[in-house]
Amino acid sequence: MTAADTRRPDGAQTRIHNIGYRSYDGSRLGRAYARRSLYSQSLRGTYGLGRSAKSKVLPMILFAVMCVPAAIVVAVAVQTKMTDLPLDYTRYAITTQAVIGLFLAAQAPQSVSRDLRFRTVPLYFSRPIERGDYVTAKYAAMASALFILTASPLVVLYLGSLLAKMDFADQTAGFAQGLVSVALLSLLFAGLGLVMAALTPRRGFGVAAVIAVLTISYGAVSTVQAIADVQGSTGAVPWLGLFSPITLIDGVQTAFLGATSAFPGGHGPGTGTGAIYLLVVLALIAGSYAALMRRYRKVGL
Amino acid sequence: MDNAAQGLRDVPQPYSPYGSVRLESDSYPVVWADARCGARHYRRSVTVIATESLSKRFPRVTALDRLSVDIGPGVTGLVGANGAGKSTLIKILLGLSPATEGRAQVLGLDVATHGGDIRERVGYMPEHDCLPPDVSATEFVVHMARMSGLPPTAARERTADTLRHVGLYEERYRPIGGYSTGMKQRVKLAQALVHDPQLVFLDEPTNGLDPVGRDEMLGLIRRVHTDFGISVLVTSHLLGELERTCDHVVVIDGGQLLRSSSTSDFTQTMATLAVEVTDSDEHPDGTAVLRTRLTERGIKLHARVEEGLPGAGHVLLVEATGEETYDIVRDTVAELGLGLVRMEQRRHHIAEVFRADDQQRPVPQQVDAQAPFASAAQRGGGSRDGS
Repeated sequence: MTAADTRRPDGAQTRIHNIGYRSYDGSRLGRAYARRSLYSQSLRGTYGLGRSAKSKVLPMILFAVMCVPAAIVVAVAVQTKMTDLPLDYTRYAITTQAVIGLFLAAQAPQSVSRDLRFRTVPLYFSRPIERGDYVTAKYAAMASALFILTASPLVVLYLGSLLAKMDFADQTAGFAQGLVSVALLSLLFAGLGLVMAALTPRRGFGVAAVIAVLTISYGAVSTVQAIADVQGSTGAVPWLGLFSPITLIDGVQTAFLGATSAFPGGHGPGTGTGAIYLLVVLALIAGSYAALMRRYRKVGL
Repeated sequence: MDNAAQGLRDVPQPYSPYGSVRLESDSYPVVWADARCGARHYRRSVTVIATESLSKRFPRVTALDRLSVDIGPGVTGLVGANGAGKSTLIKILLGLSPATEGRAQVLGLDVATHGGDIRERVGYMPEHDCLPPDVSATEFVVHMARMSGLPPTAARERTADTLRHVGLYEERYRPIGGYSTGMKQRVKLAQALVHDPQLVFLDEPTNGLDPVGRDEMLGLIRRVHTDFGISVLVTSHLLGELERTCDHVVVIDGGQLLRSSSTSDFTQTMATLAVEVTDSDEHPDGTAVLRTRLTERGIKLHARVEEGLPGAGHVLLVEATGEETYDIVRDTVAELGLGLVRMEQRRHHIAEVFRADDQQRPVPQQVDAQAPFASAAQRGGGSRDGS
């Protein structure tokens, strides 16, 4: 019996129709929804979700590289029954900065250069979302991706410390400080990375630019700091830290989040200098946003 | 615009599936009712696009110069040479670029204040490539549907529907990077249609397509209006294409309105065939011999041969009254033992309109000014080559 022969009980014949074009009368959820969709698509994209298997490899490896040391630290701490973690929550991101830098260098261009290179941007702007929505969604997605990357090992450390029955109040406070620190780091790095990536439609240039800026600035700053420290001008050390993203975060958390500074000789900024650090970080975040807005004014249609 | 209204009123019945309704009270007296999807059109505004002395000046150039035009539902062609202001107009109509002066409305909404609302209701297909190669057409169009505000489930359903309508089937799951130009153009069209807009802007949709792909794309554009009930504004610099597809043609040049009227004003009902033959030893002047023989057989020839075209003296313009004309011409040429260089459909009247316009303006190099339009008409009928 074929489909065409099928008769319904009431005798009407059932046929397969080419239903032709159907118009859409359902809901249109507008700008805010589109912005959220772009955010989630971009965030998933940074970890290769919804993309090819190949593009999942690097972010997933980097994610694992971030988390495995934390797991090892926890394992050691539990086994040897330590009363405190051998590594501060705030120190973790500083130690693993190369991994964070690599992740940013790989994913920031992926997030924004692709749209520029393949000229997909006009398709976004011919829809309800506007420049601000696009920039906000991309920025938030990149910052969230970095936060997931940097906060996950902290969660591992925290859970491990609770398993090892370390002091709860102490650990919670440290964990919270760590989270604030990596949140700030995520915002700062995402902003810098996206600005550099958005300047060029070529993905390779974006990758190189991000790596160069992060490593060269850190290398230069820490070298000069070390020289200053050796020569006894310890007063200069905290000020020099203003010139590299990772030392900026280090300075802020030393001043406000109870971290021990990773600067040579441990000469971190005090509260007064720390305020300047914080201001610089916030100014850079705002500046990155402004720069992105400016950039996308040009590439509209 | 008066002449726009005039154009709509003059559409002869066999040409369109619409009936026209006249409202006494209206200065723009024609309401188009689509016989098949009438409710849809009534729900939508009568004037789809209206501009009023719209100007756009950049520091060095004037892209649009006091452009006033009303465009009704249907397929409207926007013609102009490169740099005539077509893309600038679309940008302004999408609410993405403020006009220097003047006003514009799209679907009854002011572009200056309701850009977002307009962009929710219209679709846009850019001229340039805009597709990432590493995702599949389905993924890409779903994402674009969500960017237009469609909920996830609806976005997926509409994507499947739309891709099927534009003619993409199994290949839609493959990465776009491996598509042919024709398939890419279809994906670009699909992303402009996926949110069921009331109006789409298609910027040079036939760019880079071969004659067959071109025909298919033009047919698709026609269907966007007749089957989907979506009004279309399509830009092109090829007149021949637009006269086959559009109800209405708007010509701009140097940012100014040159002409706006219905396609039937431009073209004649009768198609003209351009026939070119070789000479042979037996018939040293093949063209003359063919002319006599065809006249004997009762075929009407246009006396005037197009000027300003290479080899114009060897081209016969034959009035095609039906399919049989092609056969008669073919048989006659074969009997005479001549070589048929080309036989192509040429509704060249649309080109002549602009030729007349060109001549009114003080254009020093007249022949050059005509050439692009003439070649446009040729290319439009190009698929008949060698038949």
